[in-house]
Amino acid sequence: MSAVADTHAQDHHHGPAKGFSRWLLTTNHKDIGTMYLIFSFAMFLLGGTMAMVIRAELFQPGLQIVQPEFFNQMTTMHGLIMVFGAVMPAFVGLANWMIPLMIGAPDMALPRMNNWSFWLLPCAFLILVSTLFMEGGAPNFGWTFYAPLSTTYGPPSTTFFIFAVHIMGISSIMGAINVIATILNLRAPGMTLMKMPLFVWTWLITAFLLIAVMPVLAGVVTMMLMDINFGTSFFDASGGGDPVLFQHVFWFFGHPEVYIMILPAFGAVSHIIPAFSRKPLFGYASMVYAVGAIALLSFVVWAHHMFTVGIPIAGQLFFMYATMLIAVPTGVKVFNWVATMFRGALSFEAPMLFAVAFVILFTIGGFSGLMLAIAPADFQYHDTYFVVAHFHYVLVPGAIFGIFASAYFWLPKWTGHMYDETLAKTHFWLSFIGMNLAFFPMHFLGLAGMPRRIPDYALQFADFNMVSSVGAFMFGATQLLFLFIVVKCIRGGKEAAAKPWDGAEGLEWTVASPAPYHTFVTPPEVK
Amino acid sequence: MARPARSNARVITWCMAGVIGMFAFGFALVPLYDVFCELTGINGKTGGRYEATVGADADVTRTVQVQFLAQNGPGMPWTFRPVTRSIEVHPGEPVTVNFFAQNPTAVAMVGQAVPSLSPSEGTLYFHKTECFCFNQQPLAAGESTEMPLVFIVDRDLPAHITKLTLSYTLYDQSKQAKVSGTVRAITTTNENG
Amino acid sequence: MRVHAQRAGALLGGLMFPAWSMADWTLNMTPGVTGTSNEIFSLHMIILWICVAIGVVVFGVMFWSIFAHRKSQGHKPANFHENTLVEILWTIIPFVILVVMAIPATATLVDMYDTTESDVDIKVTGYQWKWQYEYINEDFGYFSNLSTPREQINNRQAKGENYLLEVDNPLIIPVGKKVRFLLTANDVIHSWWVPDFGVKKDAIPGFINETWTRVDKPGTYRGQCTELCGKDHGFMPVVVKAVPEEEYNTWVAEQKVAAQKERELTQKDWTMAELMERGEKAYQTACAACHQADGSGAPPAFPALKGSPIATEDMAAHIDIVVNGKSGTAMQAFGGQLSEVDLAAVITYERNAWGNNTGEMVTPKEIFDYKNQQ
Repeated sequence: MSAVADTHAQDHHHGPAKGFSRWLLTTNHKDIGTMYLIFSFAMFLLGGTMAMVIRAELFQPGLQIVQPEFFNQMTTMHGLIMVFGAVMPAFVGLANWMIPLMIGAPDMALPRMNNWSFWLLPCAFLILVSTLFMEGGAPNFGWTFYAPLSTTYGPPSTTFFIFAVHIMGISSIMGAINVIATILNLRAPGMTLMKMPLFVWTWLITAFLLIAVMPVLAGVVTMMLMDINFGTSFFDASGGGDPVLFQHVFWFFGHPEVYIMILPAFGAVSHIIPAFSRKPLFGYASMVYAVGAIALLSFVVWAHHMFTVGIPIAGQLFFMYATMLIAVPTGVKVFNWVATMFRGALSFEAPMLFAVAFVILFTIGGFSGLMLAIAPADFQYHDTYFVVAHFHYVLVPGAIFGIFASAYFWLPKWTGHMYDETLAKTHFWLSFIGMNLAFFPMHFLGLAGMPRRIPDYALQFADFNMVSSVGAFMFGATQLLFLFIVVKCIRGGKEAAAKPWDGAEGLEWTVASPAPYHTFVTPPEVK
Repeated sequence: MARPARSNARVITWCMAGVIGMFAFGFALVPLYDVFCELTGINGKTGGRYEATVGADADVTRTVQVQFLAQNGPGMPWTFRPVTRSIEVHPGEPVTVNFFAQNPTAVAMVGQAVPSLSPSEGTLYFHKTECFCFNQQPLAAGESTEMPLVFIVDRDLPAHITKLTLSYTLYDQSKQAKVSGTVRAITTTNENG
Repeated sequence: MRVHAQRAGALLGGLMFPAWSMADWTLNMTPGVTGTSNEIFSLHMIILWICVAIGVVVFGVMFWSIFAHRKSQGHKPANFHENTLVEILWTIIPFVILVVMAIPATATLVDMYDTTESDVDIKVTGYQWKWQYEYINEDFGYFSNLSTPREQINNRQAKGENYLLEVDNPLIIPVGKKVRFLLTANDVIHSWWVPDFGVKKDAIPGFINETWTRVDKPGTYRGQCTELCGKDHGFMPVVVKAVPEEEYNTWVAEQKVAAQKERELTQKDWTMAELMERGEKAYQTACAACHQADGSGAPPAFPALKGSPIATEDMAAHIDIVVNGKSGTAMQAFGGQLSEVDLAAVITYERNAWGNNTGEMVTPKEIFDYKNQQ
């Protein structure tokens, strides 16, 4: 047991402090997990509001609601907030809540650092969002902030954007160190690595990815900072630099980042599908190896985002082959999930609905990913709405549905109440329909030749854009229902048993619902 | 299980080492990328000095067309163009061409040309023995100059390359030139460019 | 107020009568008109059908489970959780499919990279937010700007057939000839794309990229910039006209004559009215995107010209900023982009439009002398 965690547990033997200082000063993994989840949902709504502005402008051709400068700020902030503010903190929140419960630990290994890494996030996003009100506006160069658009031609607020990225990077790195220390040091006796729940495994690998690539992101924004303010020429051709170098460094971070946003969802779904199939997960070991393989491959595929920059043919071929290879371990995971469902005894409560939708729709995103990997075809797809469709298919029904599935799955454990199943199913079906309506037509738009990141478009794209906007509004509005369901569940509802799902497995179901403030003060024995 | 307090310290140490290492790696990508480019020529920054067959005979059985392009960077008002637009050369022979630059403004300025070669595969086989690239070229108001370039196309140029295009982009460096001791991270590594 | 009312009216009209008649429901990529684009199209279709086939099998099994193995139907769960043979098989089979897929993809890629033996070489330069085409073997070139009127974009006018996909000067290429494009950019990264050719390549400042096409069917082909390049990224289309060779040769000859004519125009004596008329046109294409049609700009990045010191006070400073640009800002050096006539016209227009009634004018000859002053 961690000496740090022990002392801490005794300090607060009587339970949580009252009032605001409980949340400001807490070192309890459940409190911090809750704060992460609330923060990420707030960011999800903020980023979603920006998406609504984008879709409203794209509802029909012509400029109606916003001007191009503001449109670019919206696309940029939507991307940054969703990636760094909504998806990543949500997974960190889930990790905080569930990893100690799943491995039989009393808390995270480094509770004070845990508090610190959370509170950095609101600071970072306060800075980022405040750029909207600065002279020259918020960053307007896309979430990928390619130089020299973001350096020589960036708005004055770029320096604040860089500062915000640094802070959120530090927060992520500290969170990752905490997860690694917790998993390596605080597992209950008898829980060997290959007995760890898959959510813990995927998070361990995600944490290593974070440690590997967040510093590279910090490095690339530092270079930008130096180019902007200190007269260096890392990315400026006029001083001997190379704008393409920016893209290499950025995507060296960026591609593993994509997996950081999906691997924990893989883990959560690997718990939910067996639970509602009432059948053990098929191929546990191959699941672990597949995640490992995906993580390793993610370091050697970055240039598939850059097929059109003029990489020589040998490079194109290498990155094309490496990218196609990723389909193999990803395929293994999908096959395993389907095999888990096969000949089970399935029931479809909200977590299972989201998990099944995850498998289907993520696979569709995977298919379009495979198509994008074919370098010659990518010359047609690149930077069109086909790409937008692709990554929204892996991120919305992938990461976000994974988070919803997890939330419904573990809400009874967090609150001690069952959520309203009818409302949750309504939430699912409206989200499912809205999401497909919003993003499926984008495939057609991209194939018909509509570039991404444009505030106005030619007339032949009008119909599908209108459909897409309607779907987006529907998906967006539905998320308020989720807020209502969660608030309702916190305030009351049917009492939840310690193990509310008959097929669920794992240590987290051995403690009472709601989980007491301090759990596993004496570690459980894993056979 | 090992004693966790100590092992936490160890995990933190290793992780921080990883973080610092990767941060440094991010910066190391800059010179690594340059080295990589020099080895493979992928970004078209011509650089390699001619070593193998200096003084050897030109391969008169083969001709390669070399095109020259010139353009100005943003806000650069100079007139800048190749005197020779295109030339047929034999691999192995040294060739001299000139670029014309004129400063039409009423103030003294400093320009600097950055080269790029296409196709990038040919970069390894294009050697400049004398070049104005990456040099700061001052011109007084109204002054003009001809800047010479001496190059040799390598005899080992792959047979399927029949045309090389060398492009120069001329940038206004007047401001930078005024500030002595300006840090220019990469320029120094490319002085032979 | 009135502008707002007009906008609201246009918005309402647009909502009630969307452009249904103009639109279509195209679902798939088009095969295009070149060898490359056809190869890409067939690759796209192969990989699409492979994905569909895999999807049918995987989702088939899944839906069968969802349908038949439900708890509510009283299905009892099996307890198997691994099978080495199956797991090895579903690792190897996808791998084999990928290898099969990689072979035609590699062949197409090799072909796309073969830029040798070209007949026509064209340099394409991306600017914020227009394209410059230079026929490097013929020694002439020109800029290609969006020609859709701002009124259509702002919903004050019905949108035309080629809304946002039309330019003042399209790129002209001969059919049946291998055309090689050399791409670079002036300011930020742009990307030049014509879907029907299967050609997309980034234009990177300070670097040169190349690609090629051979079009066999005469026609007008439209594309757009596909790399976010700032405010008007959505407003810099690519239009290419492929014409028969004789027509192309005639056109090239005409262009050379026109370039000569333009030089002669510089020497002509221009009146204020002529300059104002030409200046308004040139202003709309070259300046209005940033400084706005009414000279109000979009501060702070794009200052207003209406009533500004630059446009109303010292003439020399005004000429200097238009001809030489202002480094470190978005203001480009238009000296190399516009002819002397257009420069004189634009400056005269800016000094006399929107209430900037300075009454001053500058002639093309003065601009010519200014650019060549010693």
